[in-house]
Amino acid sequence: MSSTWFRRIKKGILTSTHEKKEAPDGLWHKCPECKTTTTVKELHDNMYVCLKCNYHNRINAEEYFEILFDGEYKLLFDNIVPKDMLGFVDIKSYASRIEDAQDNTGLPDAISVGVGHVKGREMLIACMNFNFIGGSMGSVVGEKICRSVDYCIEYHLPMLLIAKSGGARMMESAFSLMQMAKTSARLTLLARAGLPYISLMTDPTTGGVTASYAMLGDINIAEPNALIGFAGPRVIKETIKRELPAGFQRSEFLLEHGFLDFIVDRKNLKHKLAMVTDWFMKQPKAV
Amino acid sequence: MQFLDFEKPLEDLYAQISKLKEMSAKNQVDVTKSISELELSIDETKARIYTHLTPWQRVQLSRHPDRPYTLYYIEKVFSNFTELYGDRQVKDDKAIVGGMAELDGMPVMVLGHQKGVNTKMRQMRNFGMANPEGYRKALRLMKIAEKFNRPIITFIDTPGAYPGLEAEERGQAEAIARNLFEMVNLKVPVICIVIGEGASGGALGIGIGDKVMMLENTWYTVISPESCSSILWRSWSFKEKAAEQLRLTSEDMNQFGLVDGVIPEPLGGAHANPEAMAAIIKEFLISTIQDLYKFDAETRITQRIEKFSKMGFYDEIEEEEKTEQSA
Repeated sequence: MSSTWFRRIKKGILTSTHEKKEAPDGLWHKCPECKTTTTVKELHDNMYVCLKCNYHNRINAEEYFEILFDGEYKLLFDNIVPKDMLGFVDIKSYASRIEDAQDNTGLPDAISVGVGHVKGREMLIACMNFNFIGGSMGSVVGEKICRSVDYCIEYHLPMLLIAKSGGARMMESAFSLMQMAKTSARLTLLARAGLPYISLMTDPTTGGVTASYAMLGDINIAEPNALIGFAGPRVIKETIKRELPAGFQRSEFLLEHGFLDFIVDRKNLKHKLAMVTDWFMKQPKAV
Repeated sequence: MQFLDFEKPLEDLYAQISKLKEMSAKNQVDVTKSISELELSIDETKARIYTHLTPWQRVQLSRHPDRPYTLYYIEKVFSNFTELYGDRQVKDDKAIVGGMAELDGMPVMVLGHQKGVNTKMRQMRNFGMANPEGYRKALRLMKIAEKFNRPIITFIDTPGAYPGLEAEERGQAEAIARNLFEMVNLKVPVICIVIGEGASGGALGIGIGDKVMMLENTWYTVISPESCSSILWRSWSFKEKAAEQLRLTSEDMNQFGLVDGVIPEPLGGAHANPEAMAAIIKEFLISTIQDLYKFDAETRITQRIEKFSKMGFYDEIEEEEKTEQSA
């Protein structure tokens, strides 16, 4: 039989170089969940949520601030930067990990704090950056949360914390562990001041972050299908030596077990946030 | 007696002594002189071994199979102990024990992680790894103590909070977080002592106090050296190196100001002379509780918050918040 059907009629690539269309990196986005391809622009306009399957892509502080604040906002405490006091070295030194992360992200550390307006309501938002050493909680994260609490008390503001973290930063050893105590201690002052603390957990929130400030909200809420837990799924699997059920440690699982007040789609987040803030902050009408 | 690898020289000396004793019993020979010489050499060997321990050796000592656990100290340090069980919601967690007791005549609440003393008990105690019920039981007991103005003493000794399926279902993270928050605000004096292993959130979950102490041969940090090795070095074989890098010994922790002090152990470690260890702890507790009662509740709480607020290291760049001006 002949394979002439497939024989090329014209040889070589015919498009000349100057006619080639530019397709720069990052123009297209493939959903990690349903594999649908969309343009980055479409994804951005849909708040980084897949148009087809509602998968919430992981985003960082800059994107959340853009989604939630009415335009302008002020960044706070960006002059607090990490330091390698222990001289910690594993296969890489902590100092070089910090440097690399700062170069790659342009951020000082794994949390950014902004103050601005959400549908006209003034609010402080502290948001973790997962792209900075896995959103790990070290001294800078702890200190910035504490200062956020102080700021809210001083200016009488509600506080939203968006958690996204693999847990404590091992390279700061016990200093990172003690950030759990430090942040929890300072949050008692916010509670005493009668100001609301809303904790939004996003994919993923695990380890010491979950076991401290992320679970201490007046209301604890989450984005859909976010991994939220104390131990990571791999560790649990190794411990109990059997497969984990589908949906284990996901937002919906936590809601079912009573550990979340509600789950909120990113699209509705701003609206919901304004609503619950009003409930917390509205002065009752004088009788 | 059980001996760790670096304790081997001691094992030989003890073996010689028992051999001598056997011989003298058989042949009616007086060996008291040789025995006392050997005992002297045991003391010298102990002094040599235990004053130059590597961080990893201290980790090994903290897990020594003969090391006393919480219930031992409860029995030796306190009197009239009544164990209280259950979290009133799900069940009783055997990995954390606690109850009413008296310390030198003063009613106190005492609680802590409990490891098992043999294979069967180790399983029952879940190797000292608590589930959420343990932390909730601990908080329940502490709230009783607060209501009746009784000081609280916690003993920390855990390889970590249990990473199990049910633990997650019942909110391990929430249980620990809740304890941190509530312990900060307890109106009564709280003293926490790391008596063995102080691993991560599982330790901290009963570890917020006015005085947080470590026994000399214990460790306290964010992760066990083994897990740290497996995550950061991607291999289990760097545990010694991880132990060094983590700076997890009582000496380092005290120097960093992350604990309030170190309680010295008898020569050879707590397991070499548990009674003496208990006596040291008792004396420490009595005087410390007296000191803490010199402050009122509000002052103690403020000091607690200030103490933990100081923990951390970072740089503060002078350059006046450039981002603030641009917005």
